[in-house]
Amino acid sequence: MPDTDFSIAQPHPNKTDAVQKLGLAIAGIGVLILFLAIAQIELPDSGLMLWLSLGGIFIGTVIYAVRTYLTQPAGIKNNGVWFNSMTNRGALGWIAGIILTAFYVQLYWYPEYLGLGSDGASNKGIVALFDPLSKFFSGKPASQWFVYGTLYTVAILTLGIKFMLKYRHNRYQLIRTVVVMISQLFLAYLIPEILNGLNTEAAYYNKDIKYFWPLNYYFFEDWSLDAMRANGALGMSYLIWGIGMFTVITPFLSYFFGKRWYCSWVCGCGGLAETAGDPYRHLSSKKVSAWKIERYLIHAVLVFVTIMTIAVLYGYLSGTGKFLGLDTYKYFSRPYGFLIGAIFSGIIGVGFYPLMGNRVWCRFGCPLAAYMGIFQRFKSKFRITTNGGQCISCGNCSTYCEQGIDVRWYAQRGQNIVRSSCVGCGICSAVCPRGVLKLENGPEEGRINENPIQIGNDGIKVNN
Amino acid sequence: MQHIAIIGNGISGVTCARYIRKQNSDVKISIISGETSHFFSRTALMYIYMGHMKFEHTKPYEDSFWKKNGIELIHKYVTKVDTDNKSLLFEDDINLNYDKLILACGSKSNFFGWEGQDLKGVQGLYSFQDLQEMENNTTNVQHAVIVGGGLIGIEMAEMLRSRNIDVTFLVREGGFWRNVLAEQEAKLIERHIKEHHVELLMNTELDKIVDDGTGAVKSVITKDGKEIPCRFVGITAGVSPNISFLKDSKIETNRGILINEYFETNTADVYAIGDCAEFNTPVEGRRPLEQVWYTGRMHGQTLAQTICGTKTAYKPGPWFNSAKFFDIEYQNYGMIPADPAPNHEVFYWEDTTSKIALRANFDKASKKLIGLNVFGLRLRHELFDTWLKKGTSVEEVLVHLPDANFDPEFYKHYELDIINAYNQQYGTNLAPKKKSWKRILNNLKKLQNA
Ligand SMILES: Cc1cc2nc3c(=O)[nH]c(=O)nc-3n(C[C@H](O)[C@H](O)[C@H](O)COP(=O)(O)OP(=O)(O)OC[C@H]3O[C@@H](n4cnc5c(N)ncnc54)[C@H](O)[C@@H]3O)c2cc1C
Ligand code: SF4
Ligand code: SF4
Repeated sequence: MPDTDFSIAQPHPNKTDAVQKLGLAIAGIGVLILFLAIAQIELPDSGLMLWLSLGGIFIGTVIYAVRTYLTQPAGIKNNGVWFNSMTNRGALGWIAGIILTAFYVQLYWYPEYLGLGSDGASNKGIVALFDPLSKFFSGKPASQWFVYGTLYTVAILTLGIKFMLKYRHNRYQLIRTVVVMISQLFLAYLIPEILNGLNTEAAYYNKDIKYFWPLNYYFFEDWSLDAMRANGALGMSYLIWGIGMFTVITPFLSYFFGKRWYCSWVCGCGGLAETAGDPYRHLSSKKVSAWKIERYLIHAVLVFVTIMTIAVLYGYLSGTGKFLGLDTYKYFSRPYGFLIGAIFSGIIGVGFYPLMGNRVWCRFGCPLAAYMGIFQRFKSKFRITTNGGQCISCGNCSTYCEQGIDVRWYAQRGQNIVRSSCVGCGICSAVCPRGVLKLENGPEEGRINENPIQIGNDGIKVNN
Repeated sequence: MQHIAIIGNGISGVTCARYIRKQNSDVKISIISGETSHFFSRTALMYIYMGHMKFEHTKPYEDSFWKKNGIELIHKYVTKVDTDNKSLLFEDDINLNYDKLILACGSKSNFFGWEGQDLKGVQGLYSFQDLQEMENNTTNVQHAVIVGGGLIGIEMAEMLRSRNIDVTFLVREGGFWRNVLAEQEAKLIERHIKEHHVELLMNTELDKIVDDGTGAVKSVITKDGKEIPCRFVGITAGVSPNISFLKDSKIETNRGILINEYFETNTADVYAIGDCAEFNTPVEGRRPLEQVWYTGRMHGQTLAQTICGTKTAYKPGPWFNSAKFFDIEYQNYGMIPADPAPNHEVFYWEDTTSKIALRANFDKASKKLIGLNVFGLRLRHELFDTWLKKGTSVEEVLVHLPDANFDPEFYKHYELDIINAYNQQYGTNLAPKKKSWKRILNNLKKLQNA
């Protein structure tokens, strides 16, 4: 059935009023400065420019969002999502995807094009733009990773506020988003930057306490272990914390709350997906075939990271740097970092938001998600309860599930949704027009109802 | 092999086919529809127009599902049913024989013979074709008029507003959906409709629609003589069974296709379910025509038993329904009339700072709960199903309301406010009981083993 005739070009566009335009202009100037810097155009006074840029993006976007959402009654705001070229895989979406992807390629492999000065040369371009802020934290010029971390945090904060305005009627969304924003700002950004700044001589290791193995795949690499061991009590605390996170805390929290405690409440990848990625959540494929690929792929990555880590640890502990006669860097950690760390989680994970949805990495690749998913599926109190016979099979839940779960398939047969991939974002429940879905933690008994009955009909008991 | 032909690929026909197939792999099943090749959710039509979903998202099953389950799909209109020869005639003059025929042909929009109702730009909203027509009819429209204050009318208003088209909404009654809702709720919804910048004209009836000279609509004139210029008129004055193609057949019809409690028509091996069916003798407390999604599904489930050899009468449990009025969700458990019956006592509570309300009708003498409506609150269906069946008193229901709360986590709870209002009104001293998973699960278990 052709549906291309449904308003590809919206004949009645929303009018952008003066205040919205002002917001867009301010944010636009902020973005423009970044692009000028990337193009290596000389900018005067990088300190001022940086503040103009980041401040402009933040303030402009907030002005725009306040004006857009607070002038309408609170409620679901998905009008025109499939008509908008930016959000329906149209030309604008492709352009955005290509720009994002290009940025990630530069970031990982060609940081010199972003302006990173090598061999003691001073920074240029966008990296130089962030020098003043980096010097504020550590007294050292910026690296491309500092630029990335700062932009990432600004994106989560700015678009998190926009998201909160959009879902202001939904307290689950509000609280969840505040937590994810705070986690990013403090745990992922400020605290590590400050700690690194306090002791700039010490070797680097990850100081984001919520970034742990297996998502943090380099945790057990020799340089990381050495750095933690060389850093006294703080380093040792990080070492113990990192191991405890994986072995004890994660299983424990996933049992009580499902994997959502991490994926949509504190994780940085999840944080970006839920805020900056929110306009793209409906682009995930709901096909059974996609689910099949997902199950193979994500567990394959979990196996890959496990083997890689065993090899690296063996090489480290044996002091040979070899596993089964193979160099652990060359044959294990480098391929993983390249294929999974850079290409999958970075380039595809974020670069492809406008094309494949905002959770490509979380759904198909993240080994930590796979690990928690095993608990969620088999040993957890979390489920999405389906409300009796109230489903009208409309499809909003499935369409807006960023993890590509065909929520309706369960809801319309009166069955609870217990799926390893669900990140508990709560959007299916929010968009359901009939109040059919509730994310909740309850007794394990009765959580999975394989043969649900459809209530409403007393004449017969029909198992679906 | 026996051939079961089903006319209509809506929720009732499709559910019936699925449940027949579950129990019997030895029959041939054909589903016929002239509307779309595959089953889609009619209730989601509005979201396609609003750009929330594309047509493909409204299909509850992937296209491969039908072949996998051995259900043949025929995308054609039936023009004639010959029950003597057990044969259907299609629009292209091809015949198809059946052994059993299930009529699940749904509804069509009501048009009450207004002058100008055939002009371009005047239409109802029921089918996918209607939606395509609406897309074309509204392309350059600035102002639209909707006639008829019911569920499809308000959906149409929301659709048009999503495209920034100005809407004037004519409602014959003194309150919105007043034949179903009580005064207070009607007012609550009306306030919200206005918040979305819809001009709402109550007690206003359409007189005629005016031609602009080219065969398209120019304006409407109301019964009190007011002329409203508009280029689009949505007619949403209810629906009625879509049975004109049965006119010359021997199948007995009234407003709908007449059936008994087994969905049997007057003709052997011909059955009717869903919107198009009319019960000779309705189930007590229910209407002869049941035109909602849920009843269509239940009809299909029940008839499938009979077709598969276990003759089963229609025995619906307590009535339930739901809707959404722009941003306000509505859930209903137990049938309650718009204006209370003589034996009804009514408890109504509304949170004045938000758009949240609850109505409970209960028996004056026994305090037994008869039905309950909530606005902006979600409640557990299973608990209300049990409570209504058991004849639970309104007070016990209110005390256990925390069990039934189905709002998302962290939402504000209103159980205490509600029960305090009740205490004040009736001089009682009730307190809500803390939510108990044990009670919730016990109830579920009982339902499962019933
Ligand atoms: C806009 C809208 C919103 C709605 N929202 C809700 C809601 O929120 N909740 C709710 O409970 N209900 C809702 N309803 C009502 C609900 O959709 C119907 O009750 C339900 O779809 C009826 O299902 P059915 O299977 O009886 O028939 P239908 O879904 O109407 O299916 C009948 C099919 O048979 C086909 N057909 C008919 N005659 C022939 C023929 N001669 N040859 C070939 N094919 C034929 C038709 O084209 C149609 O495709 C809504 C209806 C509309 C229009
Ligand atoms: S099932 Fe619902 S809560 Fe889970 S990921 Fe999908 S939309 Fe989010
Ligand atoms: S959004 Fe709600 S009503 Fe629609 S299919 Fe999903 S669960 Fe059913």
